[in-house]
Amino acid sequence: MAAGTGSGSTVSAIFSPVRFWLLLPSWVVIGFFLLVPVLLMLTYSFLTKEFRGGVIWEFSLASYDQFLFDRGLFGDEAPVIKWTYINIFIRSILQAFGATIFCLLIGFPTAYFIATRPIQSRTIWLFLITVPYWVNLLIRTVSMKFLIRDSGPLNELLLYIGLIDAPLHVINTNFAVQLGLFYSYLPFMVLPIYASVERYNFTFSEVASDLYASKVTILWEVILPVVKPGIIAGSILVFVPSLGAFLAPDLLGGAKTFMIGSLIEDQFKGNAGNWPFGAAASMILLSLVLVVLMFYVRAQNKDQT
Amino acid sequence: MTSAVSLHDVRKDFGSLTALSDVTLEIEDNEFFTLLGPSGCGKTTLLRMIAGFEGATAGTIRLFGDEIEHLPPNKRPVNTVFQNYAIFPHMNVAENIGFSLRMLGWTKLEIQTRVDEMVEMVKLGALVDRKPSQISGGQQQRVALARAMAPRPKVLLLDEPLSALDLKLRQEMRTELKRLQRDTGITFIFVTHDQEEALSMSDRIAVMSDGKVQQIGTPFEIYEHPNNRFIADFIGETNMLPSIIDTVEGFNLVCQLEGGQTLDALANCDNIPGATGVLSLRPERLSITKTEPTGKILKGELGDRVYLGTDTQFIVKLSAELNLKVRMQNSFFQGANYKTGDTVFVTIADGAARFLVD
Amino acid sequence: MDRTFDIKHYRGFFSITCLCLVILYGPLIIVMIYSFNDSVSITNWGGISLRWYVEIFTGLESAKFKAAAWNSFSIAIMAAIVSTVIATAAAIGMIRGGNFKGKFASFALISLPIMVPEIVTAVATLIFFSTIGFKLGTLSILVAHTVFCIPFAYLPISARLQGIDASYEEAAQDLFANRWKTFRYVLMPIMWPGIVAGFLLAFIISLDDFIITNFIKGAGIETLPTAIFGSVKQGIKPNIMALSTLLLLFSIALVTLSYFIGKRGEANQNTQQ
Repeated sequence: MAAGTGSGSTVSAIFSPVRFWLLLPSWVVIGFFLLVPVLLMLTYSFLTKEFRGGVIWEFSLASYDQFLFDRGLFGDEAPVIKWTYINIFIRSILQAFGATIFCLLIGFPTAYFIATRPIQSRTIWLFLITVPYWVNLLIRTVSMKFLIRDSGPLNELLLYIGLIDAPLHVINTNFAVQLGLFYSYLPFMVLPIYASVERYNFTFSEVASDLYASKVTILWEVILPVVKPGIIAGSILVFVPSLGAFLAPDLLGGAKTFMIGSLIEDQFKGNAGNWPFGAAASMILLSLVLVVLMFYVRAQNKDQT
Repeated sequence: MTSAVSLHDVRKDFGSLTALSDVTLEIEDNEFFTLLGPSGCGKTTLLRMIAGFEGATAGTIRLFGDEIEHLPPNKRPVNTVFQNYAIFPHMNVAENIGFSLRMLGWTKLEIQTRVDEMVEMVKLGALVDRKPSQISGGQQQRVALARAMAPRPKVLLLDEPLSALDLKLRQEMRTELKRLQRDTGITFIFVTHDQEEALSMSDRIAVMSDGKVQQIGTPFEIYEHPNNRFIADFIGETNMLPSIIDTVEGFNLVCQLEGGQTLDALANCDNIPGATGVLSLRPERLSITKTEPTGKILKGELGDRVYLGTDTQFIVKLSAELNLKVRMQNSFFQGANYKTGDTVFVTIADGAARFLVD
Repeated sequence: MDRTFDIKHYRGFFSITCLCLVILYGPLIIVMIYSFNDSVSITNWGGISLRWYVEIFTGLESAKFKAAAWNSFSIAIMAAIVSTVIATAAAIGMIRGGNFKGKFASFALISLPIMVPEIVTAVATLIFFSTIGFKLGTLSILVAHTVFCIPFAYLPISARLQGIDASYEEAAQDLFANRWKTFRYVLMPIMWPGIVAGFLLAFIISLDDFIITNFIKGAGIETLPTAIFGSVKQGIKPNIMALSTLLLLFSIALVTLSYFIGKRGEANQNTQQ
């Protein structure tokens, strides 16, 4: 309350005379090493491929054409819609969507439970959720692979208890990838929801209860609408990285569970070696993410008004 | 003699919003000057402009005759006590008090001497090594004062410094602030929304509302001779009775109230017969009796009463629409004899009725 | 559980929280346990031993791991320092720079590395470096990591700065401190916990990064994640589990450190309330 009673618009401006110089390094570094590269990537997606990586600087729509159509082995047949790549994108979207739903189902009750603990134990619970977020994603994915492989500890345990007669084959399935994504990004769901539940004023619940609402009704009609911004933020934080994930599909999945990330990687590091096509696939992924983010910004603006 | 602070036609806009306009003020040296007004009236903005945190949109601000508009806050010989104190949390009490001296490049010994002196002055004795988190709100207030006064500024700006304290401490600090001001001879410019604070401490008060200075005067002038309805209403409690001027005779007005009763009031030079306005009557300057006295009186029917400890407040119905608040001290007055519905006579003290034009 | 009606309490949420923690920690704890397995087989239990930890430092692959660790840590420290400095300046410019045209665009640019999917950043950076003829190696990794770490350092720093009442800086200026001294003696000490948190987050993000590094590391250069990935591609081996456990413990130590610094910062910040 420093600005106090004087006026409505007291944004602190002590450093405004040097603002330009303070912001310049971040503009230059990110602009030159990320914004320019992304624009260059957009250019690459319209260039002609050179074998064994690289490009020839000639305009071409071949990459986008290759993404959408099949023109036969020699490229001289009438174009037919090709589902190979489209299917990879659809599978990625479904996997990311599934991971978001599962994270929400586990993440919301967890976040709610933690936010309603007394202040001392709350920080400990929160700490427990934060730790995995800091642990190397690669190590976590490898651990999951180790756990669920055919002769892994999970199968052994289930066999030992007698719940199953033969090892469950989980690894290299869509389910394994789903599990991996869910496991990778679960903390991303819990933390923003926790932040909004913590700010939630429980007097609302008491008022609703006083006005004859049941607890389930309170949850649906009062708590969820109020903490919606946190739920949306958490969902975005799970959905976006899941969409472009590489480690989970690569380590836990197989050839049939190919996702966008693996497809792109294959164009640069793998066997395909088609840079323009990789750039085009990246552009399509980026566009998808931007659409999701725009939806997010609009949803936030709507909540504020 | 030049004024300590002199503001001429100062205006401040925030975008399309005008926070201050036409502010002209002369604040004398050694004066305890208060800017009083409701929140949003522009008083804090004015203070921040003198400190240098906000620039004026138009007009001039002079400090002992020098224009200071171009100077940043760290070049102005003016210091501020902030509303939330803003005691640096990472420094102890002594480091906080000595901060400005360190910035001015004083030697360790000089700083030490002055800090000791300030600690003595605000009676912080044993607390010099404490961190702000380890001292009470009242003590933080004293640190803030000592810190702002350490460089011996010519003008000290105080932004609602007492608002965060509880009642007892606040009353104690009023006396303390007044003493410090008298002892040091520093010009104090004090911002508050609390009229009691303003009346009890100030040499002069500027009452502000809607970005304008409404009246400047001593506490007595402000309270007894308010310029307009806003001030009469804002400072203390008052009855506002809509009325029309009947006749003007020298310094005396005869005003007609709704319901037909008439009352005398002090005239201003611009009062003319037929003008509409309100009669301002302070409740404590009125008294009620059952028998008709001589002098300025109004007649009415006794309504509800509110017991207030030292006083009792009565509502007297002058007509169907017109109610009058009368405050009687409980020390001598036998309130029990008065019943709701009784016919009573209201006596008005000399000079208590003020006619304020709409 | 007391039996009075608790409006906040929902049955089953506690169980789900426990399930959540089991899911998050289960795989990590199992790998930790198996890293002490004496057996060469990763399936059979052969008693407790530290042989795989010794193997990391002295075994056949030890030279590779040491080089990778050196690359990882030196890159992470430098990327974290540079990105923290850039992010601190940017945070002050954004939050204490008043309102200005292009504030939203500036914020969008700073957040860009987080918003763009990592794999897209990797592709774009690879294309960029190969187009301008920048040699792929530790320097290219360092540059890419610095860019990627800026928003991660920015988030805790700007959050901290937003929580600091601007009247501290005004008080400093009022007490004759110029802009630099205001930053040096007042603002920086108060925002320090945020700066440290930002540095640690940037450090761990750089240390953990696999996707971008994998694209632009160039031939023959490995960081710990790429080395681990390369090994795991041929099957999970016990020495990888030991290495993973070490990295895991390091991460936990860092997050604990960050947690305590955050707590101290909070304690400091609460003094004015």
